[in-house]
Amino acid sequence: MAELKVLIVDDEAGIRSGVSRILNRFRVTYPFMDEAYTYKVLEAETGEKGLEIIDSEQPDIVLLDNKLPGISGVEVLDYIKQKNYDIVVAMITSYASLDVALRATRDGATDFIPKPFTPQELKSSIENITKQQYLKRITSRMKEEGKKIRFRFLSVLSHELKSPLNAVEGYLNMMRDREAGNDINDYAEMIERSIQRIQGMRTLIMDLLDFTKIKLEVKKDKVVELDPALLMTQCVETINPLAIQKDVSIVIEKKSDVIISADEEDMNIIFNNLLSNAVKYNKEGGQVVITIDREGNDAVMEVKDTGIGISSEDQQVLFNEFVRIKNDKTRNIAGSGLGLSIVKKIADLYQGSITVASRPDEGSVFKLKLPVRQEKE
Amino acid sequence: MNKKKTVFVVDDDPDYLFQTVVHLEKAGYNVISAVSQKEAEDIIDTVKPDIALLDLMMEQDDSGFILCYKLKKKYPDLPVIIATSVSKETGLSFGLDSEEERRWIKADAYLEKGVRAEQLNDEIKRLLKI
Repeated sequence: MAELKVLIVDDEAGIRSGVSRILNRFRVTYPFMDEAYTYKVLEAETGEKGLEIIDSEQPDIVLLDNKLPGISGVEVLDYIKQKNYDIVVAMITSYASLDVALRATRDGATDFIPKPFTPQELKSSIENITKQQYLKRITSRMKEEGKKIRFRFLSVLSHELKSPLNAVEGYLNMMRDREAGNDINDYAEMIERSIQRIQGMRTLIMDLLDFTKIKLEVKKDKVVELDPALLMTQCVETINPLAIQKDVSIVIEKKSDVIISADEEDMNIIFNNLLSNAVKYNKEGGQVVITIDREGNDAVMEVKDTGIGISSEDQQVLFNEFVRIKNDKTRNIAGSGLGLSIVKKIADLYQGSITVASRPDEGSVFKLKLPVRQEKE
Repeated sequence: MNKKKTVFVVDDDPDYLFQTVVHLEKAGYNVISAVSQKEAEDIIDTVKPDIALLDLMMEQDDSGFILCYKLKKKYPDLPVIIATSVSKETGLSFGLDSEEERRWIKADAYLEKGVRAEQLNDEIKRLLKI
Protein backbone atom coordinates (compact mmCIF):
# COMPACT_ATOMS: atom_id res chain seq x y z
CA MET A 1 0.00 0.00 0.00
CA ALA A 2 1.30 3.43 -0.91
CA GLU A 3 0.85 6.42 1.32
CA LEU A 4 0.71 9.96 0.04
CA LYS A 5 1.50 12.87 2.31
CA VAL A 6 -1.02 15.67 2.14
CA LEU A 7 -0.16 19.03 3.64
CA ILE A 8 -3.08 21.30 4.49
CA VAL A 9 -2.12 24.94 4.91
CA ASP A 10 -5.05 26.87 6.36
CA ASP A 11 -5.43 29.25 9.28
CA GLU A 12 -8.87 27.87 10.19
CA ALA A 13 -8.40 25.04 12.67
CA GLY A 14 -11.80 23.61 11.76
CA ILE A 15 -10.85 23.16 8.13
CA ARG A 16 -7.53 21.53 9.06
CA SER A 17 -9.04 19.02 11.41
CA GLY A 18 -11.90 18.36 8.96
CA VAL A 19 -9.46 17.56 6.17
CA SER A 20 -7.42 15.34 8.48
CA ARG A 21 -10.49 13.44 9.61
CA ILE A 22 -11.75 12.88 6.08
CA LEU A 23 -8.48 11.96 4.42
CA ASN A 24 -6.93 9.84 7.13
CA ARG A 25 -9.66 7.29 6.52
CA PHE A 26 -9.81 7.71 2.74
CA ARG A 27 -8.30 5.34 0.23
CA VAL A 28 -8.16 5.41 -3.55
CA THR A 29 -7.98 2.41 -5.83
CA TYR A 30 -8.15 2.02 -9.58
CA PRO A 31 -8.30 -1.10 -11.64
CA PHE A 32 -4.97 -0.21 -13.28
CA MET A 33 -3.13 0.67 -10.09
CA ASP A 34 -1.06 -2.01 -8.43
CA GLU A 35 -2.00 -0.87 -4.97
CA ALA A 36 -4.37 1.34 -3.05
CA TYR A 37 -3.37 4.84 -2.00
CA THR A 38 -3.90 6.09 1.52
CA TYR A 39 -3.19 9.51 2.94
CA LYS A 40 -1.32 10.98 5.83
CA VAL A 41 -2.33 14.53 6.60
CA LEU A 42 0.15 17.15 7.86
CA GLU A 43 -1.17 20.48 9.10
CA ALA A 44 0.20 24.02 8.95
CA GLU A 45 -1.66 27.09 10.20
CA THR A 46 0.53 29.60 8.34
CA GLY A 47 2.36 29.80 5.05
CA GLU A 48 5.70 30.03 6.86
CA LYS A 49 5.02 26.83 8.76
CA GLY A 50 3.87 25.31 5.47
CA LEU A 51 7.25 26.05 3.82
CA GLU A 52 9.08 24.40 6.69
CA ILE A 53 7.02 21.23 6.36
CA ILE A 54 7.40 21.27 2.58
CA ASP A 55 11.19 21.31 2.95
CA SER A 56 11.39 18.73 5.71
CA GLU A 57 8.64 16.28 4.77
CA GLN A 58 8.40 16.62 0.98
CA PRO A 59 4.62 16.11 0.81
CA ASP A 60 3.02 14.77 -2.40
CA ILE A 61 0.00 17.03 -2.31
CA VAL A 62 -0.46 20.49 -0.82
CA LEU A 63 -3.90 21.92 -0.15
CA LEU A 64 -3.40 25.64 0.07
CA ASP A 65 -5.58 28.43 1.35
CA ASN A 66 -4.67 31.73 -0.23
CA LYS A 67 -5.69 34.08 2.55
CA LEU A 68 -3.21 33.38 5.30
CA PRO A 69 -2.03 35.59 8.14
CA GLY A 70 1.61 35.94 6.96
CA ILE A 71 2.77 35.10 3.45
CA SER A 72 -0.03 34.25 1.04
CA GLY A 73 -0.86 30.92 -0.54
CA VAL A 74 0.31 32.16 -3.93
CA GLU A 75 3.73 32.86 -2.43
CA VAL A 76 3.86 29.32 -1.10
CA LEU A 77 2.97 28.12 -4.59
CA ASP A 78 5.80 30.21 -6.07
CA TYR A 79 8.25 28.70 -3.61
CA ILE A 80 7.26 25.14 -4.59
CA LYS A 81 7.61 25.99 -8.27
CA GLN A 82 10.95 27.64 -7.74
CA LYS A 83 12.32 24.63 -5.86
CA ASN A 84 11.03 22.35 -8.59
CA TYR A 85 9.43 19.98 -6.11
CA ASP A 86 7.30 17.13 -7.42
CA ILE A 87 4.23 18.34 -5.53
CA VAL A 88 0.67 18.76 -6.72
CA VAL A 89 -0.89 21.92 -5.35
CA ALA A 90 -4.62 22.52 -5.00
CA MET A 91 -5.85 25.92 -3.90
CA ILE A 92 -8.65 26.08 -1.39
CA THR A 93 -10.60 29.22 -2.03
CA SER A 94 -14.00 30.75 -1.57
CA TYR A 95 -16.10 31.43 -4.64
CA ALA A 96 -15.63 35.13 -4.05
CA SER A 97 -11.94 34.87 -4.93
CA LEU A 98 -12.31 32.72 -7.98
CA ASP A 99 -9.98 34.98 -9.94
CA VAL A 100 -7.17 34.24 -7.46
CA ALA A 101 -7.80 30.56 -8.00
CA LEU A 102 -7.69 30.90 -11.76
CA ARG A 103 -4.47 32.86 -11.57
CA ALA A 104 -3.02 30.25 -9.28
CA THR A 105 -3.98 27.52 -11.72
CA ARG A 106 -2.12 29.39 -14.39
CA ASP A 107 0.88 29.65 -12.10
CA GLY A 108 1.09 25.94 -11.52
CA ALA A 109 -1.65 24.91 -9.12
CA THR A 110 -3.28 21.78 -10.46
CA ASP A 111 -6.70 22.16 -9.00
CA PHE A 112 -8.78 24.30 -6.76
CA ILE A 113 -11.28 23.28 -4.19
CA PRO A 114 -14.05 25.83 -3.59
CA LYS A 115 -14.73 26.62 0.01
CA PRO A 116 -16.94 25.54 1.75
CA PHE A 117 -16.61 21.98 0.52
CA THR A 118 -18.35 18.76 1.44
CA PRO A 119 -16.33 15.68 2.38
CA GLN A 120 -17.35 14.19 -0.95
CA GLU A 121 -16.01 17.18 -2.87
CA LEU A 122 -12.70 16.97 -1.07
CA LYS A 123 -12.48 13.25 -1.73
CA SER A 124 -13.16 13.57 -5.43
CA SER A 125 -10.54 16.32 -5.77
CA ILE A 126 -7.98 14.20 -3.97
CA GLU A 127 -8.92 11.23 -6.11
CA ASN A 128 -8.31 13.22 -9.28
CA ILE A 129 -5.01 14.55 -8.04
CA THR A 130 -3.89 11.07 -7.06
CA LYS A 131 -4.69 9.72 -10.48
CA GLN A 132 -2.76 12.54 -12.15
CA GLN A 133 0.20 12.06 -9.88
CA TYR A 134 0.18 8.32 -10.45
CA LEU A 135 0.12 8.68 -14.22
CA LYS A 136 2.86 11.29 -14.16
CA ARG A 137 5.13 9.03 -12.14
CA ILE A 138 4.38 5.99 -14.28
CA THR A 139 5.18 7.93 -17.45
CA SER A 140 8.50 9.16 -16.19
CA ARG A 141 9.42 5.69 -14.98
CA MET A 142 8.54 4.24 -18.37
CA LYS A 143 10.67 6.82 -20.13
CA GLU A 144 13.61 5.83 -17.94
CA GLU A 145 13.10 2.15 -18.71
CA GLY A 146 12.74 2.87 -22.42
CA LYS A 147 16.11 4.57 -22.32
CA LYS A 148 17.65 1.60 -20.56
CA ILE A 149 16.27 -0.90 -23.09
CA ARG A 150 17.58 1.18 -26.00
CA PHE A 151 20.95 1.42 -24.32
CA ARG A 152 21.14 -2.32 -23.80
CA PHE A 153 19.96 -2.95 -27.35
CA LEU A 154 22.77 -0.86 -28.79
CA SER A 155 25.51 -2.25 -26.60
CA VAL A 156 24.56 -5.85 -27.26
CA LEU A 157 24.16 -5.13 -30.95
CA SER A 158 27.63 -3.67 -31.09
CA HIS A 159 28.97 -6.73 -29.32
CA GLU A 160 27.17 -9.22 -31.55
CA LEU A 161 28.16 -7.47 -34.76
CA LYS A 162 31.79 -6.91 -33.92
CA SER A 163 32.58 -10.31 -32.45
CA PRO A 164 32.32 -12.23 -35.75
CA LEU A 165 34.25 -9.48 -37.55
CA ASN A 166 37.05 -9.72 -35.01
CA ALA A 167 37.10 -13.49 -35.29
CA VAL A 168 37.29 -13.52 -39.08
CA GLU A 169 39.86 -10.73 -39.13
CA GLY A 170 41.93 -12.66 -36.62
CA TYR A 171 41.95 -15.78 -38.79
CA LEU A 172 42.82 -13.78 -41.89
CA ASN A 173 45.72 -12.15 -40.06
CA MET A 174 46.97 -15.57 -39.02
CA MET A 175 46.77 -16.76 -42.62
CA ARG A 176 48.50 -13.66 -43.96
CA ASP A 177 51.31 -14.13 -41.49
CA ARG A 178 51.45 -17.86 -42.38
CA GLU A 179 51.25 -18.71 -38.72
CA ALA A 180 50.53 -22.36 -39.45
CA GLY A 181 53.11 -22.69 -42.22
CA ASN A 182 52.77 -22.65 -45.99
CA ASP A 183 50.35 -25.51 -46.52
CA ILE A 184 46.78 -24.31 -47.11
CA ASN A 185 45.46 -27.57 -45.68
CA ASP A 186 46.72 -26.56 -42.27
CA TYR A 187 44.32 -23.63 -42.36
CA ALA A 188 41.22 -25.67 -43.20
CA GLU A 189 39.72 -25.34 -39.73
CA MET A 190 40.29 -21.57 -39.65
CA ILE A 191 38.67 -21.15 -43.03
CA GLU A 192 35.70 -23.26 -41.96
CA ARG A 193 35.26 -21.25 -38.76
CA SER A 194 35.50 -17.98 -40.70
CA ILE A 195 32.73 -19.09 -43.04
CA GLN A 196 30.58 -20.11 -40.10
CA ARG A 197 31.07 -16.78 -38.40
CA ILE A 198 30.17 -14.92 -41.58
CA GLN A 199 27.01 -17.01 -41.88
CA GLY A 200 26.14 -16.17 -38.30
CA MET A 201 26.62 -12.52 -39.06
CA ARG A 202 24.41 -12.80 -42.10
CA THR A 203 21.66 -14.29 -39.92
CA LEU A 204 22.00 -11.41 -37.51
CA ILE A 205 21.83 -8.83 -40.26
CA MET A 206 18.76 -10.51 -41.79
CA ASP A 207 17.07 -10.56 -38.38
CA LEU A 208 17.95 -6.93 -37.85
CA LEU A 209 16.34 -6.12 -41.18
CA ASP A 210 13.22 -8.01 -40.08
CA PHE A 211 13.37 -6.09 -36.87
CA THR A 212 13.30 -2.75 -38.63
CA LYS A 213 10.40 -4.00 -40.76
CA ILE A 214 8.15 -4.65 -37.79
CA LYS A 215 5.48 -2.05 -37.97
CA LEU A 216 3.70 -0.45 -35.12
CA GLU A 217 0.42 -1.51 -36.62
CA VAL A 218 -0.89 -4.00 -39.12
CA LYS A 219 -0.96 -2.57 -42.64
CA LYS A 220 -4.64 -3.00 -43.55
CA ASP A 221 -4.11 -2.98 -47.31
CA LYS A 222 -1.60 -5.83 -47.03
CA VAL A 223 -3.89 -8.08 -45.03
CA VAL A 224 -5.11 -11.05 -47.00
CA GLU A 225 -6.66 -14.40 -46.21
CA LEU A 226 -3.98 -16.98 -45.60
CA ASP A 227 -3.91 -20.71 -45.05
CA PRO A 228 -1.30 -21.33 -42.34
CA ALA A 229 -0.82 -24.92 -43.51
CA LEU A 230 0.13 -23.72 -46.96
CA LEU A 231 2.50 -21.09 -45.59
CA MET A 232 4.13 -23.66 -43.31
CA THR A 233 4.66 -25.97 -46.29
CA GLN A 234 6.48 -23.17 -48.11
CA CYS A 235 8.62 -22.44 -45.06
CA VAL A 236 9.51 -26.11 -44.75
CA GLU A 237 10.85 -26.00 -48.31
CA THR A 238 13.06 -23.06 -47.42
CA ILE A 239 14.50 -24.73 -44.35
CA ASN A 240 14.85 -28.19 -45.92
CA PRO A 241 18.51 -27.89 -46.96
CA LEU A 242 19.51 -27.20 -43.36
CA ALA A 243 17.20 -29.99 -42.11
CA ILE A 244 18.78 -32.49 -44.49
CA GLN A 245 22.25 -31.42 -43.36
CA LYS A 246 21.26 -32.09 -39.74
CA ASP A 247 19.23 -35.20 -40.64
CA VAL A 248 16.11 -33.69 -39.08
CA SER A 249 12.74 -34.79 -40.45
CA ILE A 250 9.82 -32.36 -40.62
CA VAL A 251 6.16 -33.38 -40.56
CA ILE A 252 3.08 -31.17 -40.94
CA GLU A 253 -0.17 -32.38 -39.40
CA LYS A 254 -3.22 -30.40 -40.36
CA LYS A 255 -5.97 -31.16 -37.86
CA SER A 256 -8.53 -28.65 -39.04
CA ASP A 257 -8.97 -26.10 -41.78
CA VAL A 258 -8.27 -22.58 -40.58
CA ILE A 259 -7.87 -19.33 -42.41
CA ILE A 260 -6.27 -16.27 -40.86
CA SER A 261 -6.24 -12.66 -42.02
CA ALA A 262 -2.75 -11.27 -41.99
CA ASP A 263 0.09 -9.69 -43.91
CA GLU A 264 1.90 -12.57 -45.58
CA GLU A 265 5.30 -11.01 -44.96
CA ASP A 266 4.64 -10.91 -41.21
CA MET A 267 3.52 -14.53 -41.12
CA ASN A 268 6.56 -15.66 -43.09
CA ILE A 269 8.85 -14.00 -40.56
CA ILE A 270 7.10 -15.78 -37.68
CA PHE A 271 6.92 -19.21 -39.29
CA ASN A 272 10.48 -19.11 -40.61
CA ASN A 273 11.80 -18.15 -37.21
CA LEU A 274 9.98 -20.91 -35.35
CA LEU A 275 10.88 -23.49 -37.94
CA SER A 276 14.54 -22.61 -38.27
CA ASN A 277 14.90 -22.66 -34.47
CA ALA A 278 13.27 -26.10 -34.35
CA VAL A 279 15.86 -27.38 -36.82
CA LYS A 280 18.87 -25.44 -35.55
CA TYR A 281 18.46 -26.46 -31.93
CA ASN A 282 17.48 -30.04 -32.75
CA LYS A 283 19.55 -33.13 -32.29
CA GLU A 284 21.17 -34.88 -35.19
CA GLY A 285 18.48 -37.29 -36.53
CA GLY A 286 15.74 -35.45 -34.64
CA GLN A 287 12.22 -34.58 -35.62
CA VAL A 288 10.04 -31.50 -36.03
CA VAL A 289 6.26 -31.86 -35.88
CA ILE A 290 4.11 -28.95 -36.94
CA THR A 291 0.41 -29.11 -36.11
CA ILE A 292 -2.26 -26.73 -37.29
CA ASP A 293 -5.55 -26.70 -35.46
CA ARG A 294 -8.36 -24.49 -34.29
CA GLU A 295 -9.23 -23.66 -30.68
CA GLY A 296 -12.35 -21.50 -30.42
CA ASN A 297 -11.65 -18.35 -32.40
CA ASP A 298 -7.93 -18.97 -32.63
CA ALA A 299 -5.81 -20.70 -35.19
CA VAL A 300 -3.18 -22.66 -33.30
CA MET A 301 0.18 -23.50 -34.83
CA GLU A 302 2.46 -25.73 -32.81
CA VAL A 303 6.08 -26.39 -33.65
CA LYS A 304 7.48 -29.25 -31.67
CA ASP A 305 11.11 -30.32 -31.75
CA THR A 306 13.24 -33.02 -30.20
CA GLY A 307 16.10 -30.65 -29.51
CA ILE A 308 18.21 -29.47 -26.60
CA GLY A 309 15.28 -27.87 -24.76
CA ILE A 310 15.22 -24.75 -22.60
CA SER A 311 15.39 -24.57 -18.82
CA SER A 312 12.41 -23.00 -17.07
CA GLU A 313 14.65 -20.13 -15.96
CA ASP A 314 15.66 -19.38 -19.53
CA GLN A 315 12.07 -19.67 -20.73
CA GLN A 316 11.22 -16.57 -18.68
CA VAL A 317 13.44 -14.31 -20.76
CA LEU A 318 13.33 -16.16 -24.07
CA PHE A 319 11.13 -13.65 -25.88
CA ASN A 320 13.17 -10.60 -24.86
CA GLU A 321 15.45 -8.87 -27.32
CA PHE A 322 18.98 -10.19 -27.65
CA VAL A 323 18.48 -13.08 -25.34
CA ARG A 324 20.72 -15.86 -26.42
CA ILE A 325 20.76 -18.76 -24.10
CA LYS A 326 24.46 -19.25 -23.60
CA ASN A 327 25.56 -22.70 -22.60
CA ASP A 328 27.73 -25.52 -23.88
CA LYS A 329 25.01 -26.77 -26.20
CA THR A 330 24.28 -23.45 -27.88
CA ARG A 331 27.80 -22.10 -28.12
CA ASN A 332 28.37 -23.30 -31.64
CA ILE A 333 24.91 -22.51 -32.99
CA ALA A 334 24.68 -19.20 -34.82
CA GLY A 335 21.88 -16.96 -33.71
CA SER A 336 21.19 -13.30 -33.24
CA GLY A 337 19.04 -13.40 -30.14
CA LEU A 338 16.47 -11.37 -32.03
CA GLY A 339 14.32 -14.02 -33.72
CA LEU A 340 11.90 -14.84 -30.92
CA SER A 341 11.55 -11.22 -29.85
CA ILE A 342 10.45 -10.49 -33.40
CA VAL A 343 8.00 -13.41 -33.32
CA LYS A 344 6.52 -12.10 -30.09
CA LYS A 345 6.20 -8.55 -31.38
CA ILE A 346 4.35 -9.66 -34.49
CA ALA A 347 2.09 -12.09 -32.59
CA ASP A 348 1.16 -9.24 -30.24
CA LEU A 349 0.46 -7.00 -33.20
CA TYR A 350 -2.21 -9.43 -34.37
CA GLN A 351 -3.69 -9.87 -30.88
CA GLY A 352 -2.20 -13.33 -30.87
CA SER A 353 0.22 -15.00 -28.51
CA ILE A 354 3.35 -17.12 -28.47
CA THR A 355 4.21 -19.47 -25.63
CA VAL A 356 6.76 -22.16 -25.01
CA ALA A 357 6.78 -25.43 -23.11
CA SER A 358 10.08 -27.22 -22.84
CA ARG A 359 12.26 -29.64 -20.98
CA PRO A 360 16.03 -29.60 -21.23
CA ASP A 361 17.36 -32.46 -23.38
CA GLU A 362 13.86 -33.52 -24.47
CA GLY A 363 12.71 -30.71 -26.72
CA SER A 364 10.50 -27.66 -26.94
CA VAL A 365 7.00 -26.89 -28.15
CA PHE A 366 6.26 -23.39 -29.40
CA LYS A 367 2.58 -22.59 -29.56
CA LEU A 368 1.45 -19.68 -31.69
CA LYS A 369 -2.14 -18.50 -31.50
CA LEU A 370 -3.61 -16.07 -33.99
CA PRO A 371 -7.25 -15.04 -34.32
CA VAL A 372 -9.02 -16.75 -37.23
CA ARG A 373 -10.30 -14.59 -40.06
CA GLN A 374 -13.10 -12.26 -39.09
CA GLU A 375 -16.35 -13.10 -40.85
CA LYS A 376 -17.36 -10.26 -43.12
CA GLU A 377 -20.57 -8.51 -42.16
CA MET B 1 66.32 -17.73 -16.46
CA ASN B 2 62.85 -16.49 -15.80
CA LYS B 3 60.04 -18.96 -15.46
CA LYS B 4 57.36 -18.64 -18.17
CA LYS B 5 54.60 -16.26 -17.15
CA THR B 6 51.06 -17.64 -17.09
CA VAL B 7 48.28 -15.71 -18.81
CA PHE B 8 44.68 -16.59 -17.97
CA VAL B 9 42.39 -15.88 -20.94
CA VAL B 10 38.60 -15.98 -20.53
CA ASP B 11 36.30 -15.47 -23.52
CA ASP B 12 33.04 -17.07 -24.63
CA ASP B 13 33.90 -16.56 -28.28
CA PRO B 14 35.73 -19.80 -29.16
CA ASP B 15 37.44 -18.25 -32.18
CA TYR B 16 38.74 -15.23 -30.35
CA LEU B 17 39.88 -17.49 -27.55
CA PHE B 18 41.71 -19.81 -29.93
CA GLN B 19 43.43 -16.95 -31.73
CA THR B 20 44.48 -15.27 -28.51
CA VAL B 21 45.85 -18.49 -27.08
CA VAL B 22 47.87 -19.10 -30.26
CA HIS B 23 49.32 -15.58 -30.18
CA LEU B 24 50.21 -15.66 -26.53
CA GLU B 25 51.81 -19.08 -26.71
CA LYS B 26 53.82 -17.89 -29.68
CA ALA B 27 54.91 -14.87 -27.67
CA GLY B 28 56.28 -17.26 -25.09
CA TYR B 29 53.60 -17.36 -22.44
CA ASN B 30 52.07 -20.28 -20.68
CA VAL B 31 48.31 -19.94 -21.33
CA ILE B 32 45.30 -21.24 -19.41
CA SER B 33 41.88 -20.56 -20.88
CA ALA B 34 38.22 -20.68 -19.93
CA VAL B 35 35.18 -20.24 -22.11
CA SER B 36 32.74 -18.90 -19.51
CA GLN B 37 32.60 -16.94 -16.29
CA LYS B 38 31.62 -20.09 -14.46
CA GLU B 39 34.51 -22.14 -15.79
CA ALA B 40 36.87 -19.29 -14.98
CA GLU B 41 35.63 -19.12 -11.40
CA ASP B 42 36.31 -22.83 -10.96
CA ILE B 43 39.83 -22.47 -12.33
CA ILE B 44 40.86 -19.55 -10.14
CA ASP B 45 39.96 -21.57 -7.09
CA THR B 46 43.09 -23.59 -7.61
CA VAL B 47 45.29 -21.68 -10.04
CA LYS B 48 47.00 -18.35 -9.66
CA PRO B 49 47.98 -16.89 -13.02
CA ASP B 50 50.43 -13.99 -13.46
CA ILE B 51 47.97 -11.90 -15.45
CA ALA B 52 44.36 -12.22 -16.63
CA LEU B 53 42.71 -11.15 -19.88
CA LEU B 54 38.92 -11.15 -19.58
CA ASP B 55 36.05 -10.74 -21.99
CA LEU B 56 33.24 -8.52 -20.72
CA MET B 57 29.96 -9.97 -21.98
CA MET B 58 29.65 -13.68 -21.38
CA GLU B 59 26.80 -15.39 -19.53
CA GLN B 60 25.96 -12.02 -18.04
CA ASP B 61 26.42 -8.62 -19.61
CA ASP B 62 28.93 -7.81 -16.89
CA SER B 63 30.61 -11.20 -16.42
CA GLY B 64 34.03 -9.63 -17.00
CA PHE B 65 33.54 -7.07 -14.26
CA ILE B 66 32.35 -9.73 -11.83
CA LEU B 67 35.27 -12.01 -12.63
CA CYS B 68 37.68 -9.12 -12.30
CA TYR B 69 36.25 -8.29 -8.90
CA LYS B 70 36.58 -11.90 -7.75
CA LEU B 71 40.11 -12.23 -9.09
CA LYS B 72 41.23 -9.04 -7.37
CA LYS B 73 39.65 -10.15 -4.14
CA LYS B 74 41.52 -13.43 -4.22
CA TYR B 75 44.77 -12.14 -5.70
CA PRO B 76 44.97 -8.38 -5.04
CA ASP B 77 48.28 -7.94 -6.91
CA LEU B 78 47.18 -9.79 -10.07
CA PRO B 79 47.01 -7.47 -13.10
CA VAL B 80 43.73 -7.74 -15.00
CA ILE B 81 42.92 -6.60 -18.55
CA ILE B 82 39.31 -6.40 -19.72
CA ALA B 83 38.73 -6.61 -23.47
CA THR B 84 35.39 -6.14 -25.14
CA SER B 85 33.63 -5.49 -28.43
CA VAL B 86 31.21 -3.12 -26.79
CA SER B 87 32.36 0.18 -28.13
CA LYS B 88 31.87 3.80 -27.44
CA GLU B 89 29.94 4.28 -30.69
CA THR B 90 26.94 2.95 -28.81
CA GLY B 91 27.26 5.56 -26.13
CA LEU B 92 28.47 2.88 -23.79
CA SER B 93 31.99 3.81 -23.05
CA PHE B 94 34.00 2.38 -20.28
CA GLY B 95 37.48 3.43 -19.60
CA LEU B 96 39.85 3.89 -16.78
CA ASP B 97 40.31 7.59 -17.33
CA SER B 98 38.40 8.93 -14.38
CA GLU B 99 38.96 8.30 -10.69
CA GLU B 100 35.39 7.07 -10.36
CA GLU B 101 35.73 4.47 -13.10
CA ARG B 102 38.97 3.21 -11.63
CA ARG B 103 37.20 2.80 -8.33
CA TRP B 104 34.39 0.57 -9.58
CA ILE B 105 36.09 -1.17 -12.49
CA LYS B 106 38.95 -2.87 -10.76
CA ALA B 107 40.81 -3.69 -13.96
CA ASP B 108 44.30 -2.39 -14.69
CA ALA B 109 43.66 -1.94 -18.41
CA TYR B 110 40.65 -1.78 -20.61
CA LEU B 111 40.91 -2.65 -24.30
CA GLU B 112 38.48 -2.67 -27.17
CA LYS B 113 38.57 -5.91 -29.10
CA GLY B 114 40.11 -5.84 -32.49
CA VAL B 115 43.39 -4.93 -30.81
CA ARG B 116 46.35 -6.23 -32.70
CA ALA B 117 48.37 -9.03 -31.23
CA GLU B 118 51.42 -6.76 -30.75
CA GLN B 119 49.36 -4.18 -28.87
CA LEU B 120 48.09 -6.86 -26.56
CA ASN B 121 51.65 -8.08 -26.03
CA ASP B 122 52.81 -4.58 -25.17
CA GLU B 123 50.01 -4.16 -22.68
CA ILE B 124 50.81 -7.47 -21.01
CA LYS B 125 54.53 -6.64 -20.82
CA ARG B 126 53.76 -3.24 -19.34
CA LEU B 127 51.57 -4.75 -16.63
CA LEU B 128 53.99 -7.60 -15.89
CA LYS B 129 56.82 -5.03 -15.88
CA ILE B 130 58.97 -7.12 -18.21
